[in-house]
Amino acid sequence: MSIKKIICIIALSVGLQQVYAQDSTLLSKLDDSMQVDKKTSYVTGTFKAIYIVNMQTVEGEGKGMLNFEIQHRFGEINGPTGGSYNLYGLDNATLRLGLDYGITNRLTVGVGRSSYLKTFDGYLKYKVLRQTADNNSMPVTVSAIAYAAVYTQKSPDDSFLNIGNRTAYSAQLLIARKFNRNISIQLAPTYLHYNLVATKQDKNDVFAIGAGARIKFTKRMSIEAEYNYLPDGQIVSQKTHNSFSFGWGIETGGHVFQLVFSNSQSMSQTQYVAQSIHGVDQSTGDWGDGNIYFGFNISRAFNVNRPKPKSPGGN
Amino acid sequence: MKKIIILFFLIAGIASSTHAQLYSTRNAYINFYSKAALEDITADNNQVYSIIDASKKNMAFSLLLKSFIFKKQLMQDHFNENYVESDKYPKAVFSGAYTGDVTLNKDGTYKIMVKGNLTLHGVTKPIELPATLEVKDGKLSGTAEFKIKPEDYNISVPSVVRDNIAKELTVTVKANYTTH
Repeated sequence: MSIKKIICIIALSVGLQQVYAQDSTLLSKLDDSMQVDKKTSYVTGTFKAIYIVNMQTVEGEGKGMLNFEIQHRFGEINGPTGGSYNLYGLDNATLRLGLDYGITNRLTVGVGRSSYLKTFDGYLKYKVLRQTADNNSMPVTVSAIAYAAVYTQKSPDDSFLNIGNRTAYSAQLLIARKFNRNISIQLAPTYLHYNLVATKQDKNDVFAIGAGARIKFTKRMSIEAEYNYLPDGQIVSQKTHNSFSFGWGIETGGHVFQLVFSNSQSMSQTQYVAQSIHGVDQSTGDWGDGNIYFGFNISRAFNVNRPKPKSPGGN
Repeated sequence: MKKIIILFFLIAGIASSTHAQLYSTRNAYINFYSKAALEDITADNNQVYSIIDASKKNMAFSLLLKSFIFKKQLMQDHFNENYVESDKYPKAVFSGAYTGDVTLNKDGTYKIMVKGNLTLHGVTKPIELPATLEVKDGKLSGTAEFKIKPEDYNISVPSVVRDNIAKELTVTVKANYTTH
């Protein structure tokens, strides 16, 4: 064997090694260590906003984020205050302005004021469970809400009502699952308590169940629907209608815009789920009779106190 | 005798080539920056995995797109859901090689050229960029800055937000490696 041959073999063996040990091994090394370090990741964006239409979603604000929510409903399209004389409700308007702040990534606090019965509301929402992304070890996201609303509108008939009489509470468990990138569904067992009800036959404690869904049909557009079912025999002194709403959501850079059709004029859950306040019109009408309110929701998020990511790490 | 010599050289050859000088890190830093008429968007990722094989002058980077932190939660959601689609394509990966002289046992700053493939959003493109390696107290660190176009990686920017997102993003890389 000549020296040349030996050199050839050496060169080949080294060369082969070089080829063999190229990029792919380095990448697989990285993959291995990423796999080892893998943390549980959670599903994000089950819903894009705090509200499906009127019902709250499991979503809260991220820590240090402030959301400004504008919910606007025109008057009813058809019915006593609608029709062509009122330009199908456009002459009238109900507005709720709300602020929602993320105390932690799981705890959100919110306040709002609605022109419907001049209602003030506030809530605390806590994300109890989070749906996991990679496996089904946790199939749903669950949030719990404690909510209170006080209506302050004065009228000669009810000047005797004090603030306690005007207050109602609700507790809601929101259970949602994002089935895939386009479909999310939520169930909402709801408990409502009215300090004052119209008659003795009406219940102070009322149960209802809500369901809602979002279906994305493009990357930035979605359709939302929600239905709140109020079992019979709880509110008897007045006719109640189950609240049923649709929305068409459009996401742009910094905010979410949603066009809404609903048979509920109020945006307070103690008012649209079951209306039981003495001397007050029902807030939820009949879809069949055209008691439908057109409107929109706009939410805009502000970065108030978001923690900065750590500076470039050492080793 | 000749056979023994061949065998010796073969073993020596294999041994020397498998003795890789590996440097790696699990918390390299990558930032991207978009400067557009309406707003500046920037995001940081401190959980970038990187490895350098100094003996072969190969290097690789891998990161989870979900680990990019934006100033606004909504931006972060949009980035993951609408742009890079991190549910379908969770990782961005670079693998390649560099050219340039780096003396690993001597402190100093060395200019290198990095060439390789960047995979993002399911699209693999060759890229080439200048970078700097620094050896200090026996430790290796690297920095680089380069530009990428989202459209090269099939990341479409809708016309509504065209003024919010730059055509070219500036990517900054910083990595401090440890020896293996």
